[in-house]
Amino acid sequence: MPRVLFTPQLKRFLDVPEVRTDAATLRQALAASFAGNPRLKGYVLDEQGHLRANVVVFIDGRRCQDRISLDDPLGPDSTVHVLQALSGG
Amino acid sequence: MPQRAWVATRKGLFELQRQAEGWRIARASFLGDPVSMLLPPVAEGPHAGRMMAALNLGHFGAKLHVSDDAGATWTEAAVPAYPPQPDGAPGPAWKLVQVWTLQATPDGRVHAGTLPGGLFRTADFGASWTLVESLWNKPERLEWFGGGYDVPGIHSICPHPERPAEMLLGISCGGAWRTQDGGEHWALSAKGMRADFMPPEQAYSENVQDPHLIVRCQAEPDKLWCQHHNGIFRSIDDGATWQEVTTAPLSSFGFAVGVHPADGDTAWFVPGVADQRRVPVDGALAVNRTRDGGRSFETLRKGLPQRDCYDLVYRHGLAVADDGRALLMGSTTGGLWSSFDGGDSWQAVSNTLPPIYAVRFG
Repeated sequence: MPRVLFTPQLKRFLDVPEVRTDAATLRQALAASFAGNPRLKGYVLDEQGHLRANVVVFIDGRRCQDRISLDDPLGPDSTVHVLQALSGG
Repeated sequence: MPQRAWVATRKGLFELQRQAEGWRIARASFLGDPVSMLLPPVAEGPHAGRMMAALNLGHFGAKLHVSDDAGATWTEAAVPAYPPQPDGAPGPAWKLVQVWTLQATPDGRVHAGTLPGGLFRTADFGASWTLVESLWNKPERLEWFGGGYDVPGIHSICPHPERPAEMLLGISCGGAWRTQDGGEHWALSAKGMRADFMPPEQAYSENVQDPHLIVRCQAEPDKLWCQHHNGIFRSIDDGATWQEVTTAPLSSFGFAVGVHPADGDTAWFVPGVADQRRVPVDGALAVNRTRDGGRSFETLRKGLPQRDCYDLVYRHGLAVADDGRALLMGSTTGGLWSSFDGGDSWQAVSNTLPPIYAVRFG
């Protein structure tokens, strides 16, 4: 079952326990994460449902390029990391 | 004499308490996080005593927090959110970039001015927000553009203290707008402002003006002041027309303006050299004060650094207390000064705060 892990930086603002979900896509996995933690949604996505400009998602070590549809497929053993995108210096 | 004030900075919100010797920093909230604006505890109405702070978290978006105990504890509330953007809708993305200003209004609500140009209001103190679509849907909005940011924004909300249905907004860059029917209809209200950054034939177009800040006198609400990108402007007819004031010494460029709550002819400005060089003239920090509606000014320097000073006071960085005597001024390099005599003399509160976005009494 895929796992979703959130950057510990978010712990300053809210609890972000690891989520296990049988989601088949990234969007489904994020939706499952938000279902039990509704405030988290606004930290990861903007109000149009797009990945925030300075948040980055890795699936099994591969950086997701699409920030809008979020339909990257997940495998049964995928690991999703939701992290801060580093910018600046 | 005010007993409490607030300083919103790039790295937290600071509460000031009045002591015999001056202001003391009594508490820091949200330390490390950018606080773009605060609303001090509201004085009256259904939400009396409650306050708000708007955060602009770099990675995780703009947030809004509410306190019911004057900043001792905070709870995250809803943040103004734009509705779903229709496919192909022109203009900036319908995404909240920043809460730029918060204003309690006589109707018991709170209004929020935001980047990219939406006005929001809440009747339940942040539990839910509504976009004022009558303004957002104006076709002229698509001609607005960013001034200091990539997208346009509302930084000034001036409710009319005696007519709850009336409000004037300042927008960079989108001029000034006024409603007289509680937000059902909006009309441009920047006649007389001049934009040197536009082609000559558009210099007086009301919808492209860059009013850095607009403030209204509470006792004489027909009198408003505007520190504009291209000078100082004044209205004595509730914003219907604006007259340029060209008598300010040093420079008429700046961001901040404050008006005396009881005397609409008295206002304060913090001049910078020019838009292309945003530092004090000759490295010496000064405040310009008029007490006769702009016919003349005094330049006030006592207690302010007079050499090697490069502090810039941003648009929300100057506050005037209800008594018209106590002032606070905070800079983008973390300098904070106070006056208790209308600006005649100043005392440094701190020279080591983070960059200051806003100062407010209350």
